[in-house]
Amino acid sequence: MAHAATHDHHDGHHGAPSNFFVRWCMSTNHKDIGTLYLVFSLLMFFIGGSFAMVIRAELFKPGMQLVQPYFFNEMTTLHALVMIFGAVMPAFVGLGNWMIPLMIGAPDMALPRMNNLSFWILPFAFALMLSTLFLPGGGPAGGWTMYPPLALQTDSLAYVVFAVHLMGISSIMGAINIIATILNMRAPGMDLLKMPVFVWSWLITAFLLIAVMPVLAGAVTMLLTDKYFGTSFFNAAGGGDPVLYQHIFWFFGHPEVYIMILPAFGLVSEIIPTFARKPIFGYKAMVFAIASIAFLSFIVWAHHMFAVGLPLGAEIFFMYATMLIAVPTGVKVFNWVSTMWGGSMTFETPMLFAIAFVILFTIGGFSGLMLALVPADFQYHDSYFVVAHFHYVLVTGAVFAIIAATYYWLPKWTGHMYSEFWGKVHFWNSVIWVNVLFFPQHFLGLAGMPRRIPDYNVAFANFNMISSIGGFLFGASQLIFLGVVIHCVFFSKKKAADRVWEGAKGLEWTVPSPAPFHTFEVPPVIHDEELAHGHVED
Amino acid sequence: MGQQQGAYFVPSKSQWPIVAAVVMFVTVYGAAHWLNAEPGESGFGKTVLLIGALGILAMFFGWFRSVIKESLAGNYNDQVDRSFRMGMMWFIFSEVMFFGAFFGALWYARSYSVPWLGGEGHGVLTHQFLWSQYSAAWGATGGNGPEHVGGDFQTIAPWGLPLLNTLILLSSSVTITIAHHALKAGHRGKVLLFLGLTVLLGATFLWFQAHEYIEAYKELNLTLQSGVYGSTFFMLTGFHGMHVTLGTIMLAVIWLRVLKGHFNKDHHFGFEAVAWYWHFVDVVWLGLFMFVYIL
Repeated sequence: MAHAATHDHHDGHHGAPSNFFVRWCMSTNHKDIGTLYLVFSLLMFFIGGSFAMVIRAELFKPGMQLVQPYFFNEMTTLHALVMIFGAVMPAFVGLGNWMIPLMIGAPDMALPRMNNLSFWILPFAFALMLSTLFLPGGGPAGGWTMYPPLALQTDSLAYVVFAVHLMGISSIMGAINIIATILNMRAPGMDLLKMPVFVWSWLITAFLLIAVMPVLAGAVTMLLTDKYFGTSFFNAAGGGDPVLYQHIFWFFGHPEVYIMILPAFGLVSEIIPTFARKPIFGYKAMVFAIASIAFLSFIVWAHHMFAVGLPLGAEIFFMYATMLIAVPTGVKVFNWVSTMWGGSMTFETPMLFAIAFVILFTIGGFSGLMLALVPADFQYHDSYFVVAHFHYVLVTGAVFAIIAATYYWLPKWTGHMYSEFWGKVHFWNSVIWVNVLFFPQHFLGLAGMPRRIPDYNVAFANFNMISSIGGFLFGASQLIFLGVVIHCVFFSKKKAADRVWEGAKGLEWTVPSPAPFHTFEVPPVIHDEELAHGHVED
Repeated sequence: MGQQQGAYFVPSKSQWPIVAAVVMFVTVYGAAHWLNAEPGESGFGKTVLLIGALGILAMFFGWFRSVIKESLAGNYNDQVDRSFRMGMMWFIFSEVMFFGAFFGALWYARSYSVPWLGGEGHGVLTHQFLWSQYSAAWGATGGNGPEHVGGDFQTIAPWGLPLLNTLILLSSSVTITIAHHALKAGHRGKVLLFLGLTVLLGATFLWFQAHEYIEAYKELNLTLQSGVYGSTFFMLTGFHGMHVTLGTIMLAVIWLRVLKGHFNKDHHFGFEAVAWYWHFVDVVWLGLFMFVYIL
């Protein structure tokens, strides 16, 4: 089908520029920019991870071990900000950059220069944010949610606020680009309801990003003026309310949570059909479930605030609205399992991570349902149970999906196979130690251990030590991942086929491996049977 | 220049994105350093901020110049045009959501936080223990909270300057639409006249707005520090004023581009993007007039 798209003239003057600065800093190529995003994300993953190691080392035993409490609080705050805005979101944008044009038969992103700007803002934003660690007075230490009045005591608040503004600008431009690409650049015949689920998930995620990142910008702008210009948005003496910040923040914050999981749903929906050698079960239901989750994400924000003193009617509304999300999410889990049902499955590394995602994300989903119950949440709120919950959905959810996708498409990107043996070593180490790390935190939370504290009651000692051991080993396991990726990119001798996986369908597998610098310069002629979702039952 | 690749246009390498990232960083670094300086300390923040802001201006000039050159060379096909249109529409949507955060703060303060501080609903205990003297009201009698942050103040009457400003902005929407129709009909003189009128109306709006701010600070003691009333008043009208300023500059640039003959009746996305943006600031003003001034 798409052979015409990839013939010879991508070498020579159409190929990648040889000048390093020109190639990587002035790029308009979706693959190079995607690579930049992914490398940046990996770097941030290890920086954020090293912060987590400090946290787990301090919590290894009760009593003050290694660091000062203020530094500990800086670590919890920056671990979250780095992982959310630096690791998970750029990884999804990087995957979207690389794969969306390949999946819909487009030559590039719709607005390639803006694409480059979206990326290059990020290193500067994180330099600004992390530089606060070295400033007199230290970095932000009031938690990543930056609740006033605590956050207003941060000396370096202006740096953090401006860093968040920059990240917001980057995300909004990235999202606009993705929407324009999907709506305007599809090859003829790639109807909306034939697109891969990953592309659908990004289309909906991009809408969420454009809708809520400006709201975050507004919230932190009000923090800035409250601290430096004497406004009273969050000051009750002047008629404001600290809880107002929480409302505005979580109006951003809850859709943000789904910004970090919907593309993961899309990735898993690509990987499972490939290795089950069956089309995805209930394609349209999957698309509509993502859309329903996105809609519901706008009307559940106050479930983060049940313990703050909301009117009763609000508590009940947000409790029921939150529980509604279990319905479309249940549809998705059901469909992933049904896709595997009766398939001829093989268990390469991407599939292992995808299956682990389905199981462990579901655990995180169930603990989320427990937290959605207002009376129960009064007990769980701000405890380690919450920490366990959101690490199950973000680490074994979002991060596992990103790792699965990396293994899945790495041969397409590099033209070489990664080491399946070391991939599996990485998987089993990750999946075992991540549970040793986070499962005991459920018990700690139910027993009453609060989050964001450097010291704790001796009653919590054993589970904390187990959790820390799991944390160190999970952290170390990710060095295996780094090794596998570096080996695959620079040293692997094993050539990858164009269609890397036997059961893989979709346009990205019709171009050579490695994908040439320019692809689909002529729109491919699309045959439905080549697509992952070409024959959708009505 | 971009290159035509097969059936598509893919723009060539450009230094402007990385320049933009650098100057944005310089600007906010300067601003943060300035805000964070100890009182009385003379830091380099202001200087860095100024350099960054000039850099942003230069970047916009350079980036748009290269885009205009490509556009005049006829590089942009219908597909590129559609991408630009989508980009502008979604950018305006993001701006709507940005204003939404501040409107949300206004409605929350008026409907919840101020009445609760006055003892309504579930705020009854806060009221009794902390501020039992406070009787909740919006506007001059209670809008700066139970501790009268910023001191007594008076509000701006809606039916004077604000009404005039509303009429000015509404008229400017009409003039820009006339200009757009004239452009599509190919009457360049009429375009220049009505677009020029729009620029003048925008500038007049800003002049009156500045006048209103001076009156608020000098005579009414209504300042940014006047409790949550002053905070919401100045943040909403201030951000709107910044957008009108930006919009007026954009309109002026478009006027010059019309003068240089950059647009024809089929190909004038730059004009339309600015017109959309102008209608957007107009609609935001209607919301402001309603919720900040009248109600």
